[in-house]
Amino acid sequence: MSDELNLENAEERIGVYVCHCGTNIAGIVDVPEVREWAEKRLKNRGVVLARDYKFMCSSLGQELIEKDIKEHQLTRVVVAACSPHLHENTFRTACKRAELNPYLCELVSIREQVSWVHTDKQAATDKAKAVLSGGVERVRHHQPLEPLRVPIHPATLVVGGGITGIQAALEIADAGRRVYLVEREPSIGGHMSQFDKTFPTLDCSACILTPKMVSAGMHPNITLMTWSEVTNVSGYVGNFVVTIKQKARCVKTDLCTGCGICQEKCPKKVIDEVYEAGLGYRKAVYTPFPQAVPKFPVIDIPNCTYFQKGTCKACEKFCPTNAIDFNQKDEEITVEVGNIVLATGFDLFDPRRIPHYGYGRLANVFTNLEFERLTNAAGPTNGNIVLRDGKTTPKVVGIIHCVGSRDRNYNNYCSAICCMQSLKFAHIVKERTGATVYNFYIDMRTAAKAYDEFYQRVLEEGTLFVRGRVAEVTDAARLPGEEGKLIIQVEDTLVGKQRRIPVDMVVLSAGLQSRHDSKEVAKLFGISCSADAWFIEKHPKLDPVSTMTDGVFIAGCCTGPKDIPNSVSQGSAAAARVLTYIDRGEITLEPVRASINETQCSGCRICNNLCPFNAILFHADRMVSEVNAALCQGCGTCVAACPAGAISGTGFSNEQIMSQIEGLLLLNLNGARTQEKEMAFA
Amino acid sequence: MTDQFEPVIIGFTCNWCSYRAADLAGTARVKYAPNVRLIRMMCSGRLDPTFVMKAISGGADGVLITGCHPGECHYIEQNYKALRRFILLKRTLTQMGIEPGRIKLVWASAAEGVRLATEITKMVEEVRALGPLNWDHHNGHQPLAISHQPEEVAA
Amino acid sequence: MKYGYYPGCSLERNAAAYDISTRAVARTLGFELEELDDWNCCGATEYIAINKLAAYSLIGRNLALAQQQLHASGNGHLAADGRAQLIAPCSACFLNLRKADRYLQEDAKLRDTTNEALAAAGLHYDPGTVFVRHLLEMIINDVGCDEIKRHVTKPLNGLRVASYYGCLLVRPRLGGELSDAEYPTELESLMKTLGAEVVDFPLKTHCCGGHMTQISAEVAYELIRRLLQNASEYRADVIVTICPMCQLNLDAYQTRVNQHFGTNFNLPILYFTQLMGLAFGLEPKAIGFGKEIVSAENALIKIQRSLEPAAASAPSRPRKKKEEGLPMPRMPEDEEVSA
Repeated sequence: MSDELNLENAEERIGVYVCHCGTNIAGIVDVPEVREWAEKRLKNRGVVLARDYKFMCSSLGQELIEKDIKEHQLTRVVVAACSPHLHENTFRTACKRAELNPYLCELVSIREQVSWVHTDKQAATDKAKAVLSGGVERVRHHQPLEPLRVPIHPATLVVGGGITGIQAALEIADAGRRVYLVEREPSIGGHMSQFDKTFPTLDCSACILTPKMVSAGMHPNITLMTWSEVTNVSGYVGNFVVTIKQKARCVKTDLCTGCGICQEKCPKKVIDEVYEAGLGYRKAVYTPFPQAVPKFPVIDIPNCTYFQKGTCKACEKFCPTNAIDFNQKDEEITVEVGNIVLATGFDLFDPRRIPHYGYGRLANVFTNLEFERLTNAAGPTNGNIVLRDGKTTPKVVGIIHCVGSRDRNYNNYCSAICCMQSLKFAHIVKERTGATVYNFYIDMRTAAKAYDEFYQRVLEEGTLFVRGRVAEVTDAARLPGEEGKLIIQVEDTLVGKQRRIPVDMVVLSAGLQSRHDSKEVAKLFGISCSADAWFIEKHPKLDPVSTMTDGVFIAGCCTGPKDIPNSVSQGSAAAARVLTYIDRGEITLEPVRASINETQCSGCRICNNLCPFNAILFHADRMVSEVNAALCQGCGTCVAACPAGAISGTGFSNEQIMSQIEGLLLLNLNGARTQEKEMAFA
Repeated sequence: MTDQFEPVIIGFTCNWCSYRAADLAGTARVKYAPNVRLIRMMCSGRLDPTFVMKAISGGADGVLITGCHPGECHYIEQNYKALRRFILLKRTLTQMGIEPGRIKLVWASAAEGVRLATEITKMVEEVRALGPLNWDHHNGHQPLAISHQPEEVAA
Repeated sequence: MKYGYYPGCSLERNAAAYDISTRAVARTLGFELEELDDWNCCGATEYIAINKLAAYSLIGRNLALAQQQLHASGNGHLAADGRAQLIAPCSACFLNLRKADRYLQEDAKLRDTTNEALAAAGLHYDPGTVFVRHLLEMIINDVGCDEIKRHVTKPLNGLRVASYYGCLLVRPRLGGELSDAEYPTELESLMKTLGAEVVDFPLKTHCCGGHMTQISAEVAYELIRRLLQNASEYRADVIVTICPMCQLNLDAYQTRVNQHFGTNFNLPILYFTQLMGLAFGLEPKAIGFGKEIVSAENALIKIQRSLEPAAASAPSRPRKKKEEGLPMPRMPEDEEVSA
């Protein structure tokens, strides 16, 4: 705070550059005045020259800096211009070219945070001076830093074997790199394997998915681990150590031929809640569907007669290759990988949360997943669209959009795919049964390629659209013609009337939700979840597949509802990012990190628990803590917390911030207080 | 320049959310009071309470602390730590005679440029109504020397 | 536990069965109801719309009396937050009292004017000091189904009960006590605890017509018909209500409805406290049976006949046999039944 120069810094030679940015800054801030002020008033703070220029980020502007560094032996550079998020790198690189360590350059914003947001020119100019002064004080304490280099292990872990995970795995494997593809269910395929047709092309879902599944299953570079879950992750980008629990299938995979006799002979039938969405049955030993990859069945231990009661063993008896092994145990496998791609998919919104839609009480109310199974030729009704009795074809079907979505009471967001899905259902019902179809919608969201054309097609096929939120689905008949039917009570907003529409079958387009355990999974991998528990990407626009944790990527529906093309794109994008790292062989990390001065550390360990990345280790032998620089993400919480001040944070050290405060309050100028504005700003 | 008292408020922002919110306010040309001078840190968890003391003793009339919304911290949960510190800090400062309205905590996500601007303007008016803090004036002629001395460890 | 008790006008006369059974149930379950001294009519459903100040003063007088009486008589009435608890069995009374307390809290001008009016009678009300609760909600939350089960000596096995809430307790959600504004399940849980067979009654929160019976009878008859129709279709033996207005409309106007539409409904409409009393083994006469217009005699006979434990709990809703057709989704109630 005093005027006295720190002898250490007496030799700093700071160059100040104030940008006009055309009229963006100069229109409000008096740039020449600021420049002059810096030159005059900050002279004894180390400023040896101050320039202003129209566009500092231009090549000429940058050359100006480079020239000055060389000619005037500048040791620090401060640029007052736009936001550091835009051009910090630009000016750092300019310094680098002039052989000044890039971290000795500071960019302060007088555009986004001054000229663009204030109207009073005098006040803006004064603030610009204060901001610049803050930057100058701060930069005196900058240290020359070197980015860290970390080697990258060439193997990759892909978590989730749905279409996104399969896509990512195939891309990485095709590039000649090893992939561990971990999937929780007995087979890969994910939700897409449950669907009948995919919009808008009406391709058979299994037909386009199974070739990819088979490729993934057979690929020499893909280690497929199904019926498995990740239990532990440690390490950091390029060097993860992952523990995977392979649950006991109770089938010896080296002997099993996938003949399916065990399933045939198993006497225990169970409702299949996962693959058949509760609409069909499977056996206690089962493969979820005939095209499962891998083809080996698993035994559902809680429902197996042998495991629960000690009898039966029919599968073992009939297995022609003796592949059944009741004594198989869960196995824990540890792998080393350089990068992780999470593609864990979505769960469906539970329509039981909306009791007035009658799901679960009224027999003929179905969810979208149940309906997919109904229409699927390999499903419980062989593709026949029938009511819950398994026999009757509906004559009138009502499809309700936005169930649980776009609703403050449940999920506020739009689930992106339900409109197209509902249109697809409408088309299929018409095609197969000729029934009258009503779609109840709020808006029609058919934005991607060929989607709106599909909507028009369904319109022309004669599906009836009612714009309105369905108030209730009930079986309480009131008017003639309603007996024995399900009545949909809805406000038809385009007509301006309440309508009661009797239907035979109601299909609820339930929305997409994050997986029920996504918060735990996020914690396991060290990433964050949004309020709706979707995984958070680094930047929603410009970096949708990375996370804030280097080396962990996210793709597909686990980041938010999306359709298959977008999921596949994200899978490929994540793969590309991973391959970039692997190809380079090493990664450079920003040197904004914390480090502990061992001599000052008292071993109190307050910092240990503050780190969300577990980057602080405690050495019991020496009673000191240490920061793992590669794991440290540079948040600085430990720096602030250390009672001894033993932790310093490069890039945002205490000295830097304290000096910046002094500079902002103009205390550096002859001990001026802010009340003495005129003197300070003159 | 009006004769009205213009408070000076130091604002601490986090690199990922609130600083970007301030940038967004800029790109959206949302106007707000020029009384806040922002400091960028990587995370609100970096906020050392002594920074706030420094700002106050250095002549600031108020301090605004901003960060990501709970649950959305770039570093997962560090804003909760900032919150903990803030609560204790506020209590301590109140005991030292500083009106609670001078120290404020605002969560702002990178998309909430308008909101941040509104909060800033609101705070400026609130601090203006409280009047100048004049910390050093009230506490003797010399400002409190809360500077950060380079640490020295006794042998 | 002690509570303040505001019976309301209906319970003095046409809903006497409700009053009698409530007091009987209170004795069995061991909570005390201290009737408000000199309480007056709550204004029913229309008054607030006709003359706001008079209405609020009318209601306010009850609240002021409650504040005075309940805070004075000791801690038994007080909830954990220090508010005096006033129980209203009638939904309309409940809503009026609760609404008035809330709006007097929010609107300072209204509060001051109302207190000025009350001052003429030497009374004063501080909004927020009296916690108004509906009898059903208090029984569910404070007593709880487990405690109730302990007192069930003659479970109502075989009695098919349609639970009818009416609209005033569930909407607007001033306190959010019940689980859902359109599809609550608390009364059903209570009926199940009493051993009755719960019928899935989808119109459980649909309007009974209220005072439309006086204003535009045909509208009311239609509304009443829908309720009776639906309950009959579900083969309910009894409709259980929590509000004297609903009970009156469904019960007293049943013959009119039959005449008007040519139907022949014969559904007894009872208060939930009456069914509770029955399950506790109390004598039907002592809990108001016989006062209803559509006789509950058949329902009573049905239970006496099926006092033997029912053969394996019947499903709570008509369900398809597992052999044919597709399985139904699993519902939370199923877990309870099978447990």
